[in-house]
Amino acid sequence: MGLDIRYPIGMMFTLLGLILLGTGFITGGDAAIYRSSLGININLIWGAVLLIFGLLMWVSAHLGRNK
Amino acid sequence: MSQATVHLSFVDYSILGLYVAFVIGIGFALKRNVKTSADFFLSGRSIPAWVTGLAFLSANLGALELVGMAASGAKYGISTCHFYWVGAIPAMIFLAVFMMPFYYGSKARSVPEYLKLRFDERTRAFNSVSFAVMTIFASGISLNALSKLLHQLLGWEYNICLWVCSFIVLLYVLKGGLTSAIYTEVLQFFMIVLGFAPVVFLGLKDAGGWNAVKDKLAGVATHPATYNLVSEGSKTFEPNAWTSAWVPLLGGPSANPMGVDLFAMVFGLGFVLSFGYWCTNFLVVQRAMAAKDMVAARNTPLVAAVPKMFFPLLVILPGIIALALTATPGKGYHLPQAIIQQSKFPDAVASLRRAVADHADNDTVSKSLSAATGVSFNSAKIAEILANPASLSASDKQLAIRIQDAVVNDYDGVILSLVKRYCPTGLLGLALTALLASFMSGMAGNVTAFNTVWTYDLYQAYIAPNKTDDHYYWMGRVVTIVGILLSIAAAYFASMWTNAMDIIQLVFGFVNAPLFATFLLGMFWSRTTGTGAFVGLVSGTAASALFHACTISQGNLPGVKGAYLAKLVVLPSDMAQNFWLASFAFTVCFILTVVFSLATRRTKTDEELKGLVYSLTPKQIVKQAWYAQPGTIGIALLIVCVILNFIFW
Repeated sequence: MGLDIRYPIGMMFTLLGLILLGTGFITGGDAAIYRSSLGININLIWGAVLLIFGLLMWVSAHLGRNK
Repeated sequence: MSQATVHLSFVDYSILGLYVAFVIGIGFALKRNVKTSADFFLSGRSIPAWVTGLAFLSANLGALELVGMAASGAKYGISTCHFYWVGAIPAMIFLAVFMMPFYYGSKARSVPEYLKLRFDERTRAFNSVSFAVMTIFASGISLNALSKLLHQLLGWEYNICLWVCSFIVLLYVLKGGLTSAIYTEVLQFFMIVLGFAPVVFLGLKDAGGWNAVKDKLAGVATHPATYNLVSEGSKTFEPNAWTSAWVPLLGGPSANPMGVDLFAMVFGLGFVLSFGYWCTNFLVVQRAMAAKDMVAARNTPLVAAVPKMFFPLLVILPGIIALALTATPGKGYHLPQAIIQQSKFPDAVASLRRAVADHADNDTVSKSLSAATGVSFNSAKIAEILANPASLSASDKQLAIRIQDAVVNDYDGVILSLVKRYCPTGLLGLALTALLASFMSGMAGNVTAFNTVWTYDLYQAYIAPNKTDDHYYWMGRVVTIVGILLSIAAAYFASMWTNAMDIIQLVFGFVNAPLFATFLLGMFWSRTTGTGAFVGLVSGTAASALFHACTISQGNLPGVKGAYLAKLVVLPSDMAQNFWLASFAFTVCFILTVVFSLATRRTKTDEELKGLVYSLTPKQIVKQAWYAQPGTIGIALLIVCVILNFIFW
């Protein structure tokens, strides 16, 4: 139907992942922010997860392109 | 526990904004593919199974489902999983293996249209009108709930939330029709899962893992009144009442917090309600009908069943964790309760002291306290205060604390209380976006189902037949706008008159309960006649209303909760009443459909029923390896589902 939904999903989660990763890096030294998440820099970890997910969506859309 | 609003930072706003930009962008990107009414309403039947499958799931996963399942998780524990493992999964497999060939193969454009092809106009009209009204109220109720949540949590203006959220949905549905609703639902599916997963993970870690949660809940189950979970102070359960799915059920209604027996659970919920919803509700079936071919259509519910099976981890577990945290001293967490305003405490304390001096009974005290504070109270806690004379000599301040502690739990606030507790800026934006996504997927689902049923089953069938395709496409867009406006009206209605919403949800139940009997007989018994189906369906609906009017659950007063005609049967809980009502309505519909079908003459020939009835449809041989056939996949999924039931036995 003209649009492979995996591209927009991949793009969105790649961007979301980068935003969270960036936030995680910048705020990493600030323990107060991460007191709520049990001292874990959850932005850094989850940003990486979203980034990987987004990239995988890209790859899968790209591989399925010529089918 | 505090009512303070949360402040979003720039990062949170950019996550929200990015999501909104993408859903609208998808609508605009798909616009050029939509040229005919079939493109708009049916997606031109061109979508692969994994996409329709995830949309199938997402359309059902509205904000109310998310909030409600976490609430039930806290209230009833792991028994809530029965909505998935006994209810949804078998029904979805049944839809894929047995029913989809008739929906898809008949070329019907909607579920009501199938009823017309199989029976006649009467059944179709009854079903399409009730369905159209239901979708509008369903999206209105969730729109109201979402705007209220955003208002409470973020301090955003209620009206702005309401209009902005509906406008976003309007924009992308109007542009891309069903295709854009389905495509965004897939995006929303991943958003919901990936947005809430870290919250659940942090919650579970905080609570000390699953075994620690189980230990805590054993303590809760033996003292449920301490946590305001029951209204009788002396009530206790076996330690596994919150953590075993089946054992408490076998002990009868008094042994499990849901208050239901095995029959009501398996037949009422598992068979009647779930099959009635998943196999006949056009909201979900429409997603499968948009698939590109028969194989994809049948695979749609099967694809959906895989994540659905594990959804309790995401939607029910948070509620269970919240209860365990409440029972863990030192965590500083409590199930959400309405907070009594400081200014109202003097009145409340005075009214409590007065009531005790008058030796008033429990109910009177609860009522006078509610009148003074504007919130409801748990009668077990009130009884405890009254029973202990020492508590009355306490200071006003101590008494105020005890009064606050006796306020009933606000289970619907569980999921947001966890989001607030665990999310630092960044993750907070993601979790809120997930909430917004779940709301939008539900609303877009309702709106697209509504505009199709209105245009094809009401407008084209009864108001303006034989118009050009352009006209119906135009109508579809107009009614999309109208549908959204009606949803907004329903939302305001819900916000003004809470009681009316209870009544409407009750009526949904009346309409849904008998429906599956009609489809079951229609699809698998060629002798079912149009008159039989119509009489059966209408009487089944009437029977559920009558059942409700003559029964009530324990502890409720006759009225909206039932028994306004007569109090014939008292059932142990609301859930039990609900499940027995469904079983009763189904049975009435089934028997009357059979009786009236045998008494009336068939109006459709075998030839006309080809493709609509199981026995009259030649078996289609699709070349598929044995392991790829829906039947095989269905059995495999059922086995996994049974294993899950055993693990949490």
